[in-house]
Amino acid sequence: MQEWWSYRPGDFLLFSPRTYWRLFQLANEKLWPLQIPVLLIGAAILAMLFRPRAWADRAIPAALAAAWLCVSVGFLWMHYAAINWVAVYFVPVFVGEALLVLWLGTVRGRLTFAAERGVAGVIGIALYVYALALHPLVALVAGRPLPGGEVIGIAPDPTAIATLGLLSLAPRRTGTRPLIILPILWCLASAFTLRTMGASEGWIPLTAAALAILAHAWPRRNGSRTNAAPAC
Amino acid sequence: MRNRRIDEPMSIYRRAILKGGLAAIAVAGLPGFAPRAETTRPERRVIPSSGVSIPVVGLGTWITFNVGTDPVLLDESVAVMAAFFEAGGTVIDSSPMYGSSQDTVGHGLAKLGYPPVFAADKVWTPAGGDGREQIGASRRKWGVRRFDLMQVHNLVDWREHLETLFDMKAAGEIGHIGITTSHGRRHELLERIMREYPLDFVQLTYNILDREPEERLLPLARDRGIAVMVNRPFRQKALIRRFQGVRLPGWADNIGAFSWAQFILKFILSHPAVTVAIPATTRIDHVRENIAAAADPLPDEAMRRRMVAHIREF
Repeated sequence: MQEWWSYRPGDFLLFSPRTYWRLFQLANEKLWPLQIPVLLIGAAILAMLFRPRAWADRAIPAALAAAWLCVSVGFLWMHYAAINWVAVYFVPVFVGEALLVLWLGTVRGRLTFAAERGVAGVIGIALYVYALALHPLVALVAGRPLPGGEVIGIAPDPTAIATLGLLSLAPRRTGTRPLIILPILWCLASAFTLRTMGASEGWIPLTAAALAILAHAWPRRNGSRTNAAPAC
Repeated sequence: MRNRRIDEPMSIYRRAILKGGLAAIAVAGLPGFAPRAETTRPERRVIPSSGVSIPVVGLGTWITFNVGTDPVLLDESVAVMAAFFEAGGTVIDSSPMYGSSQDTVGHGLAKLGYPPVFAADKVWTPAGGDGREQIGASRRKWGVRRFDLMQVHNLVDWREHLETLFDMKAAGEIGHIGITTSHGRRHELLERIMREYPLDFVQLTYNILDREPEERLLPLARDRGIAVMVNRPFRQKALIRRFQGVRLPGWADNIGAFSWAQFILKFILSHPAVTVAIPATTRIDHVRENIAAAADPLPDEAMRRRMVAHIREF
């Protein structure tokens, strides 16, 4: 394509907002009742963050990897790619994120998660709780039916936001930093798509990405986990 | 021009139509679809290079038909197609770039028993793919024997694709050849290609606000005997939104325009170089409204100037 400067964001939008929002309803119907165990596991992870266990540091990345895999196949490949051919290119990237989380967290044990005091801890918990419990309700607030709610492990936005939250709670260690790149990029891409669609929700992934970057950049104690009182 | 499903004899399609395939869809309860006893056939215009005549209002599929596998939205698209065919439309335009739009068209044609369609599609291989292969894949998605019109999408790899298309046309694998642009882009190159190649069609953006083609491209199309397909007649709804809540001028009655959509379409269709406009919609009432705009009277030159002057006030 030439004359890139003459294109507006709307020129790249291949689908209508209605078609886009209905994707989540279709994916939820297709995968039902997966949402129930997903929410239960999500709640269990939240509990583990406040009462850390050694085995939990292996289990949480496994659950996170499963969520990225499920989104890549169950949403991107099976639904989103049908209306947006660009989504096809995200599928292997999402699978790569899942494998990387699994390798670094579950296999190598290089990720530890705990709700700690401080800016990163507050942001991490806030992002995770939002993605798990509040983001599915955004559909209702926006006037769409609840069956179209975006749930972790099925929809990419809450999965990316939850990942950013959990990574904000993990001590920075060599080799784990690349994990944040895809969720940040996805949040930016999603914000762009939503803004182009004229959806007011565009600020949500954008804010999540900004908060995650802030949490990541904020100075804090590095290395071992503390069992200090929870941040939230 | 009349296409039909791959590998099946023509009689099946005639039978399907005669048996009231469209009415069957209506009875099946597609949303909002109700057959009407009397319909005014839309005006037809001749493709200069072939003498084939087509209705002046077609159906675009950009965004509106990209509905994936959503059963509800697929049914709505079928209903739109049913209303379109019932009103006398035949020209449907799509592209491999439009997501699942080709699949939706194919789904609709199959559901409707393959009514007569002037199948217009595009070749679009931004990564340098095989054009002939892509055209084959598109044909299978539509479920048609051949395309009546195959266009080079947005001038992408136009030299290579035109060469392929001329070969295919010579072999009878496609009916007409065209080249497209939109949003008023690359008109200089388009003009050069129109002068140098024996095109059957050119597709471009033209409407009451985007009138640059009037200066060179539309006169050139007439001189060269190239049919003109107009995309983005409403600037993807933006023109309609612009006039929302604004009353039509009283004199719009004189040209038979009873809505802003018809006002805008009649302006486009009244240009003598325009062969067909392809508005896209998801609504049955809009399909009918669009096709009704093709009925006489169309504005004459004096009226066209008045229309332009009027919309400048907004």
